[in-house]
Amino acid sequence: MHKKTWWGAIRPYVMVGPAMAGIILFVIYPIVYLIYLSFYKYNLMNKAKSKFIGLDNYRGIFARDDFYKALGNTAVYTVSVVFFTVLLSLLVAVWIHKNKRINSLVQIGLFTPHIISIVSIALVWMWLMEPNVGYLNYVLHLFGIPPSQWLQSSKTAMMSIVIVSVWHSIGYYALILVAAIKGVPSEVLEAASIDGAKRLRTISHIIIPLISPQLFFILIIMTIGSFKVFDSVRIMTGGGPNNATNTLVYYIFGYRATNIGYASATGVVLMAIIGLLTILYFQVLSKRVHYQ
Amino acid sequence: MRFELRSIGTTVQYLLKIVFILLFIFPLLWMISTSLQTLHETQAFPPTLVPSVPQWRNFASVMDNGSFLMYARNSVVVTFSVIALQFLVMIPAAYAFAKYKFAGKNILFGIVLLAFMIPGQITFIPVYLMLGDWGLINTLLPQILPFMSNAFGIFLLRQYFMQLPEDLIEAARLDGANEFKIIWRIMAPMAAPALATIALFSFVAHWNDYFWPLVMTNSDSVRPLTIWISTLRSEEGIANWNIIMAANVVLVVPILVVYAFCSKQILNAFVYSGIK
Repeated sequence: MHKKTWWGAIRPYVMVGPAMAGIILFVIYPIVYLIYLSFYKYNLMNKAKSKFIGLDNYRGIFARDDFYKALGNTAVYTVSVVFFTVLLSLLVAVWIHKNKRINSLVQIGLFTPHIISIVSIALVWMWLMEPNVGYLNYVLHLFGIPPSQWLQSSKTAMMSIVIVSVWHSIGYYALILVAAIKGVPSEVLEAASIDGAKRLRTISHIIIPLISPQLFFILIIMTIGSFKVFDSVRIMTGGGPNNATNTLVYYIFGYRATNIGYASATGVVLMAIIGLLTILYFQVLSKRVHYQ
Repeated sequence: MRFELRSIGTTVQYLLKIVFILLFIFPLLWMISTSLQTLHETQAFPPTLVPSVPQWRNFASVMDNGSFLMYARNSVVVTFSVIALQFLVMIPAAYAFAKYKFAGKNILFGIVLLAFMIPGQITFIPVYLMLGDWGLINTLLPQILPFMSNAFGIFLLRQYFMQLPEDLIEAARLDGANEFKIIWRIMAPMAAPALATIALFSFVAHWNDYFWPLVMTNSDSVRPLTIWISTLRSEEGIANWNIIMAANVVLVVPILVVYAFCSKQILNAFVYSGIK
């Protein structure tokens, strides 16, 4: 009996043990290690030669133009992707939320890109955006619009990546909002239409406030997700042309082998930015969120 | 009259929705079409919409490539190992969080939720150095071990376990079943819908993953299909888009097959994960 109660007391810890070990080993400890590395000039070949250099890596970051370029690009990317994705997902969700067969077909089609690897998505769009024989320029040609260089010009490369990202993510967010709108009591929407409320007014005054918890949620995950953009940049442009699409994670990736301390410090900065944005969202927006 | 106007409006809506679906499906159809074209057809302008003779040998030339099997095997081994390992770790943990009282439970669960928020794009450098110290780079383990604790899965499964009635566990205990048996023989099978959802998520996430295998590997022998396909363009010199798209189709097919069979469940699972 005594043995049994002893086992009963430690059993929960044994059961959550492996999960906690995984998190500590692969999330918590790496964060501590990342911060530690950021104070060092790390020598990959000979660890003993690594040198503590205090805040030098951070000073380096904030003194370099290419960092600000990457930060600015990431900000432009994030703002554009979040703005267009939220706007379009909301409109689409309002359009297709009713239970109809055609609507569930739209949902299935819309969602398909989301489950496909970004590698495939990026390659297909590179092919569509090929400047000489690509399909998009053919469509422009049909409408009598001059061809675009898309990913191959520093003027249009960022826009092209944003288009692909918005196209890729609308399905997921629209679906979350469809579920949210379905949660709005139908009497409320009926009452609004009986009162003769215009479509746009219904959206802005009734639907948006009622689904604000979900909107708040997707704003946060979309912002964090956009700030860590990497895959599409790496495959479609390699940060170019002329650094026009170099983003923070791509920047860190570029230094991961040559200057580990510097890359780590940039990682800490990225983590701080994401953390601050999340706190800011909670401070500014959470008061406006209506929980029913 | 009014009725007719209405039905015209409905038809227009219907057509608009079909065009809208095409907007999202066309790039995929275009990928398939290109994968069956000759190199000559891919270089034509206006573009070739439907290949005159489907070039199935594009697929043969993708798969004949000796390394294709190696990359495909890596993708399969990594994806299924991750799912199996996650299940082993997640099921007891979720059960303990759902059904036991113990000191520090809320703090530990808080740490699980926190871990959910930290992306690999931040931790990859230290994790790489650590696994390098352990001598594991150049094995498949760096693509498997770091995902052993699926925070989202633990969260979802805990919710599910909490809904299962306590009586069931009591009855099993009276029958003399020990906790081990209760968890693996009774609770886990009952949580099959939640486990299926989690497995689907992990399958999609790890089959498609590009970033993590890219930063965790130094040699082709441990790289998955995604990395290989992303390098095809530079390897081929000039862009053989038909071959690249054929490789792409091979990568996408397993996902699309799963999607075709359970699109409803997948949609629900993703929406559910977004709402919770």
